[in-house]
Amino acid sequence: MSTIENVSRRKFLTGGIIAAGALVLGVRYTPRLLAGATLPHNSNADRAKLNPSVYLGIDPDGTVWIMATRSEMGTTSRTTLPLVVADELDADWNRVKIEQAIGDKRYGDQFTDGSHSIRSFYDAMREAGATARFMLIQAAAKQWEVPPAECETALHFVVHPSTNRKSGYGELTKAAAKFPIPKPEELKLKPKSAWRYIGKGHTSYDLEALVTGKAIYGMDARLDGMVYASVEHPPVLGGKVKSFDDKETLKVAGVHQTIPIDPYQPPPAFQPLGGIAVIADNSWAAFQGRKKLNISWDNGPNESYNSDAYKNELRETSHNPCKVVRNVGDTDAAFAKGGKVYEADYYVPLLAHASMEPVVALADFKDGKATLWVPTQSPQTVQDIVSKELGIPKEDVICHVTLLGGGFGRKSKPDYCAEAAILSKKVGRPVKVVWTREDDIKFDYYNAVASMYMKATLGQNGKPTAWLQRSVFPPIPSLFDVNAVYGDPSHLQQGWTDIPYDLPNLRIENGPAKAHVRIGWLRSVANIYHGFAIQCFTDELAHAAGRDQVDYLLDLIGPPRTIDFSGVQYPNYNASLETYPWETGRLRNVTQMVAEKSGWGKRKHAKGSGVGIAAHRCFLTYVATVVEVEVNDQGEVRIPRVDTVVDAGLVVNPEATRAQFEGAVVFGTSVARTGEITATNGVINQSNFQDYPVARITDVPDQTNVTIVESDTPPAGIGEPGVPPFIAAFCNAIFAATGKRVRDLPITKLGFA
Amino acid sequence: MIQIKVNGTEQSFGGEPEMPLLWYLRDVLGLTGSKFGCGVGLCGACTVHVNGQAKRSCVTAMRDAAGQEITTVEGIEMNGLHPVQKAWMQVNVPQCGYCQSGQIMQAIALLNAKKNPTGKEIDEAMTGNICRCGTYQRIRMAIRVAAEAMA
Repeated sequence: MSTIENVSRRKFLTGGIIAAGALVLGVRYTPRLLAGATLPHNSNADRAKLNPSVYLGIDPDGTVWIMATRSEMGTTSRTTLPLVVADELDADWNRVKIEQAIGDKRYGDQFTDGSHSIRSFYDAMREAGATARFMLIQAAAKQWEVPPAECETALHFVVHPSTNRKSGYGELTKAAAKFPIPKPEELKLKPKSAWRYIGKGHTSYDLEALVTGKAIYGMDARLDGMVYASVEHPPVLGGKVKSFDDKETLKVAGVHQTIPIDPYQPPPAFQPLGGIAVIADNSWAAFQGRKKLNISWDNGPNESYNSDAYKNELRETSHNPCKVVRNVGDTDAAFAKGGKVYEADYYVPLLAHASMEPVVALADFKDGKATLWVPTQSPQTVQDIVSKELGIPKEDVICHVTLLGGGFGRKSKPDYCAEAAILSKKVGRPVKVVWTREDDIKFDYYNAVASMYMKATLGQNGKPTAWLQRSVFPPIPSLFDVNAVYGDPSHLQQGWTDIPYDLPNLRIENGPAKAHVRIGWLRSVANIYHGFAIQCFTDELAHAAGRDQVDYLLDLIGPPRTIDFSGVQYPNYNASLETYPWETGRLRNVTQMVAEKSGWGKRKHAKGSGVGIAAHRCFLTYVATVVEVEVNDQGEVRIPRVDTVVDAGLVVNPEATRAQFEGAVVFGTSVARTGEITATNGVINQSNFQDYPVARITDVPDQTNVTIVESDTPPAGIGEPGVPPFIAAFCNAIFAATGKRVRDLPITKLGFA
Repeated sequence: MIQIKVNGTEQSFGGEPEMPLLWYLRDVLGLTGSKFGCGVGLCGACTVHVNGQAKRSCVTAMRDAAGQEITTVEGIEMNGLHPVQKAWMQVNVPQCGYCQSGQIMQAIALLNAKKNPTGKEIDEAMTGNICRCGTYQRIRMAIRVAAEAMA
C-alpha cells in the first residue's frame, strides 16, 4: 500500500506510482504522497483545508472537491468514481464538486481505456473517502472529548448519538487537518447495507450542461489570440511531401500561413502523420485553404496495399498451420479419425471509430512550456508525446482534459495533440487543430481487419470431438514495432485463447499479418472478430447437430468450473486470476437467464423472422444476448427486440450500466450492418457518413432489454462487453430468419440492408 | 455586410458569405453549443432553427442565413429549461452528449410541428441525427415524455 503523509499541511506531493504490487485488484495504482515538491497546478482539492488524498479535499464551507482522474467520454466514469468516494465519506452528493484532473502521474493510471476505470479505482476511491471520514470523526471526537468509536457520520455531519451532538464536515475541516492521515488498515469501510450511492448510482454530474450546450468538449475549447489549423496529411501511411505550392492557399481570405509538419520516423506509434498545416482565422478558412494546396507526395511502400488482395492473403495464411497459442489434447489425431469435417471462414474488415467529435486539440506553447486542452483518453500519453516532439521535460507539458465527444479508443492515441503543440510552437500563438470528419475517418487507428478459419468434427450429441481455430490479423504492436506481425497475448486473449468450451481436443493458432495502416483499439477490440467467429461457428455446429442453440451452447461451455490457463499466455485483462477467475458457471448463468428473459423457444416466429443467441466474456464481464430480427423480401433487416443479461460483478452505477449496454447494441449494429473501411493503393476509400454509415434511429431495436445480475464479486468492465455478443447473436438471428449464413461482415455483402 | 439575428440579438457579419453558419456561430460568436460532426449535413450535430425550422448549420451559407432569425441550443430556454431539455434529463438520454444539442433542436422542431408524433414519425424526424454512443432508444422515450409535458 502507499506511503501517505498529510498534504493538507501544505506538504505537496510529487508523482510516485506503485506500479507493481500484490494489490487486491491487480493493476491498481495508488498514488504515493511525498513531501517537498510543489505542483505545477494545484487543484481545488489540493487547496482545500482538509486534503487527505490527491483525490479529494473539503473546504470549511462543506464543499467536497473530488477529482475526476479518468476521462469522460460517455460512460459516466467521471460521476461514478466520485460517487464511490462520496459514499465512503458519507457526503451529501449535492455538496460535491467534481474537478477534472490534469495529466499527472500522481493520480496513478489515467489511461481511460480497456473498461477498467471502476475495477481499477474502486478500492482507491473507497479508501480516499474513508480516510477523510476517519479524520473528521477524530476531530469531532476530540472536540467532544468522547471516544471516536462512539461517533458516527450522517450525510455530511459527524454525530455523537448518545449526547445528540452533531458537527458539519465543513466546520470540522480545520481540526481534522491537524490529525495524521490514517493507515489503510485503520480504516473501517462501510458495510454494504450502509451504502448510499454504490449500487444505486446517479445520473451524470454534467447532465444539465450536456442538454444545454454548455458542456465544453475539445472542439469547444478557446483561448484569446488563438488561431485555427487544418492539416493535409499524406494520403498513404508513411508518405512524405515531395514538394508543395501554397500560392493559392495564401490567397484565401483568413488564411495566415502554411507550415510543413515532419513525417513520422517509423514506427508510427503516436507521432503526427506529417503533412502541410494551414493556419487561419477560423476553421472554415483553414479548410478552404487546404483545398487550394498543391502537394506532390511520395507515398512510400504502403501504396501497394489493397483491401481485396489483403483479404485473400489473410485467408490463405489462415488455411495453413500457424503459431499455436493454446492446445488441449491432440486435435490432429482426432481429425485423423475421420468423420464429417465442418469448416468456415469468417472475416471482419477494418473499422473506424467515427466518434461524433472528430479529433481536435488546442495547444499553447509559451515560455518553454506547452499547455493543452484536449479530448484525450490518456493525458499522460499526451505529456509523453508532446515532451518528445518538442524536446521539453514531461513536467512542462500541462494537459487539461476536456469532455470527449466520444472516444471508443481513438482518443487514447494523441497524434493530434502533438500536431497542435508543434504548430503552436512554430506560430507563437495558441493553435487549435481541427480534423474534419474526412480526416477522422481516413487517418484513424483502425480496428484490425481479421480472418478466422474454424474447423471441427462432431461426435455424440453433435459435440465437437476436435476443434481448430486460426485467426490472422495485423496486430496493434505494429504501431510500436514495424516488424510485429503476430497477435500479442493481450489481444489474443480477447475471446480467442480464452474460448470457454469444454472440449477434449482444442487447438488455437494465430498467423502473421503485416500492417499497412495504423491499427488501434476500438470498443471491444479483438473481441469483435473473435467473438463473431466463435459464436457464429457454434451456431453453425448446433444447426449441423440438429440441436437447440441454447442447449448446445451450454453443452459446449460445459459444467461450472474455473478455466485453467496454465501453459497459456493469458493476461486476464491485467487482472489477477485469483480475484477475477474465468468462471464458466457465470457464463452459463447469463446464458440461461437470457434464454428465459427472451422467451427462447417459447415465442413463435413468423416467416422471415428469427432469433439468435451468443455468450461472451470480455473485460472480465459475462454477457449473453438474444437478438430477434425480421427480414423482408428486399433483404431489409429490422430488429424488433434485443435481450441482454450482464454479470459485471458489483455494479456501482446500474443506470449508467444499462445505458452502456443499450449503446453497445447500437454500436454493434453499426459494425454488423455497415462497418467497413477499405483501402485502394494504400488510400482509404471512405471519408464521411455517406460511405462509412453508422446506425441511425431507424436501425435500432424497438425494444432493448438489459438485465443486470446481482453480484458481490469485484466490479468488472461495462463500456465494451456488450458489443461482441450482440454482433454474433444478430448474425445468428439472420440465419434463423433467412437460412443465409453471415460469415463476412458487414451484412451488406450478402445483399442485406 | 450580412445582418442576422442570433438568439434574439442582431449581428453583422463582414466575412465570406459562403462561410457556413456553423463556423460563424462557433468560431466568430463563440456559441459552441452547436457541434461540428460531419460538415456535409449528414449527422445533424450542428442543427439550429432558422425561423423555427430545423436546419443543418454546417451546410447553410451565411449568405442564405442573411436576414433570418437563428436560434441555437443556447437560445431555447424560456424561464428555465425547455420541456425537451427537461425530458432529456428525466430519461437520462446523454452519454458523451456531443450530438445532443442537435438532437434536442431537431426534437423541438418536430414537437412544434406535431404535438403528439407516432413512433414512426419520431424515427423519421430524427433519422438525420446520428448518435454514435447509441442513445436512440432513450431519445424516442424522451420525445414521448416531452410531448406529454408540452400537451
